[in-house]
Amino acid sequence: MGPRMKVDLIILAILVISALWAVMTRSLIRSAIGLALASAVLTVIMFRLSSPFAAVFELSVCAGLISVLFLSTISLTHPMTHQEAAQHQRERYSRYFVLPYILIVIGIIFAFVQVRPELKLPPAAAQTEVRVIMWNLRQVDLIGQAIILLTGVFGVVLLLKEARKK
Amino acid sequence: MSAEFFNLLWYAGMAAVMLLVTGFYCVLATYNLVRVLIGLEILIKAVTLLIILAGYLTGKAALTQTLVITLIVVEVVVMTVGMGVILGAYRHYGTLDARELRKLKG
Amino acid sequence: MVSLLILAPFFAAILLNVPFKALRERSAFGAALALFLGQMLLMIFPKAGLWTFPVATLDKFFHFPLRVDALSTVLLFCIGAVLTATLLLSLRAVPQDERRLNFISVLLLMQAGMNGAVVVVDLFSLYVFLEIVAVSSFILIAFDKHVHAFEAAFKYLVMSVVATALMLLSIALILLVSPDTTFSGISASLQGSPNSLLVTLAVGVFVCAAFIKSGLMPFHGWLPDAYSAAPAPVSVLLAGVVTKTVGIYTLLRIVIFVFGFTLPLKNILLAVGALSALAGALAALAQTDFKRMLAYSSISQMGYIILGLGCGTPLGALGAVFHLFNHAIFKSLLFSNSAAIESRAGIRNIQEMSGLGSRMPWTALTCAVGSLSTAGIPPLAGFWSKFIIIIALWMSGNYTYAVIAILVSLLTLAYFLYLQRNVFFGKAKDTFNKIEEAEFVILLPAIVFSAITFIVGVAFPWVWNTLLLRLPSIFGA
Repeated sequence: MGPRMKVDLIILAILVISALWAVMTRSLIRSAIGLALASAVLTVIMFRLSSPFAAVFELSVCAGLISVLFLSTISLTHPMTHQEAAQHQRERYSRYFVLPYILIVIGIIFAFVQVRPELKLPPAAAQTEVRVIMWNLRQVDLIGQAIILLTGVFGVVLLLKEARKK
Repeated sequence: MSAEFFNLLWYAGMAAVMLLVTGFYCVLATYNLVRVLIGLEILIKAVTLLIILAGYLTGKAALTQTLVITLIVVEVVVMTVGMGVILGAYRHYGTLDARELRKLKG
Repeated sequence: MVSLLILAPFFAAILLNVPFKALRERSAFGAALALFLGQMLLMIFPKAGLWTFPVATLDKFFHFPLRVDALSTVLLFCIGAVLTATLLLSLRAVPQDERRLNFISVLLLMQAGMNGAVVVVDLFSLYVFLEIVAVSSFILIAFDKHVHAFEAAFKYLVMSVVATALMLLSIALILLVSPDTTFSGISASLQGSPNSLLVTLAVGVFVCAAFIKSGLMPFHGWLPDAYSAAPAPVSVLLAGVVTKTVGIYTLLRIVIFVFGFTLPLKNILLAVGALSALAGALAALAQTDFKRMLAYSSISQMGYIILGLGCGTPLGALGAVFHLFNHAIFKSLLFSNSAAIESRAGIRNIQEMSGLGSRMPWTALTCAVGSLSTAGIPPLAGFWSKFIIIIALWMSGNYTYAVIAILVSLLTLAYFLYLQRNVFFGKAKDTFNKIEEAEFVILLPAIVFSAITFIVGVAFPWVWNTLLLRLPSIFGA
């Protein structure tokens, strides 16, 4: 296992651990921060897997925009008081403590079961430039993105509009 | 097929499976609506990792990057609307606990 | 020209929301009606010159690989028809002000999404348009903003994102063996690929995702809540066409055109179809809420469609597509009736209703036609499509499943008789004395749909001839 491989493994481990922390931590704000951290680590992985454009998008949107969205939603909805939080922590522990053990079991299974399927790779791609693919070959997806963005705007406006007569 | 190739596939695949399990567990075990969305986000990250990995291993990095960019845009809209639903529910009923909301039903 | 199916509603939604307020609200309804009705009529006359009308300037800017084949045509017709019905019902259900304009804009965007989903030739683009439909659905379900609506919308959102994650997982696995994500590319590489484990996993995961989106058992958790908590016109839309496009069409497209029929896949389809049909019918018997009963009935009928698909024969696929069309028509009809009753009597509990037949004759008549068609009584259309499916099951050797299908038909008849007896027959209660028939605008979709069901059923020999001509094309281009 060369040094490049070892670095990859460490980064993957950080990814899984930060996701695990995001799930198991009691406070919602720390959960959102954990998610942002996981996105940042995923960005690094994508850079190493020669996908720089996707990495930049992931960083700015998932680690940035979605974290802002989560944090604003969390702060707009009452966080718990201190006593409630402490009591809640005891109660939720019983629900969540199984998760790390499940992950360790998965790790063990993967370490010992070595299936080596024979993969016949498809022929090398004809087009290797992201710019060409996105704007010329996959325009349908672009129109789809435009439509869904407009739908999202309508959704937020409609769902958050106050009723006039209350 | 080089050993490096398979090792990377195997370990990254393992990380992705762990993320999938974490995400599912989070969605199932929580009572708080915002944490459900966090679990869903973790699921999407796992799948993003797998798509990029598939592209890297088969030489189609350009195609998978395009797919992932579209995927990120679409899922951010879905999450935003999800948070809109949560905020709407909160504004009308004052709680984000799924158990409390269920008690409001007849 | 085909790309106009997607672009026209999109641009209409944009144009309807630029400034000049008074102009917008008055023209919104007309523009939407033109688009929806136009789409429905266009599908009846597919050879009309409009298809090949060269829109040269459009082609210079947009180059979309889209294709309309026989399956897409059937769905496009259903989409146009049900959207028209939804629009008409919304005239009374959504008050005339800003909100009606927003409602229509979201309907237009949903039309763009559904049209796109049935005409793309790429698996990933299919996912993008399915997400458009999903996001529009969340908005529309939560439109009324009461607690049931929010809860139903959130539950649907969670299951939809889980299904999306599974679909993308399958695409990631497929990308390991296929040169790109187009239908033709994937099916070519799946046939030539020696890695059965990877392929089986990818196919299985995708099919599970499609089951979740269709609301088949055991993944139906979101469906009864979503159908019953949504406002009346939205329920018609969801039951009539959204679940079909998003779930059933996806299954049909990928099983027939992309993955091909393998024995394990056929067995899974048959098992899930039978489970949904049987369990849905049994659950429907136990319901007291009108809309929830219709929701479980939808699950049951979609199980029927999947049974037809699972035969693996062209006749089975034909039966499945025909039943899909029929179900869009008669389920929208029944939900329109529920909307009419709700608008006049204000309740949805079957046990509290009685004797409405004398007060609302047209609603009673159309509801009877819809119920009999769903239960499969000749000579209505539902009988023919169920008959084809049962024959296809018998001919392909699945005798147990054919018997189950017949049993489910009897159960369907049972719960619809219970519905009819409780709601329409008997003595009218005192509280109902002031009720009159629903307004014409709300009745119109019901009348048109029941006419379609009746005509398609009675004129079946003619329908069979035109369908027979299209039969090879379901498997061809």
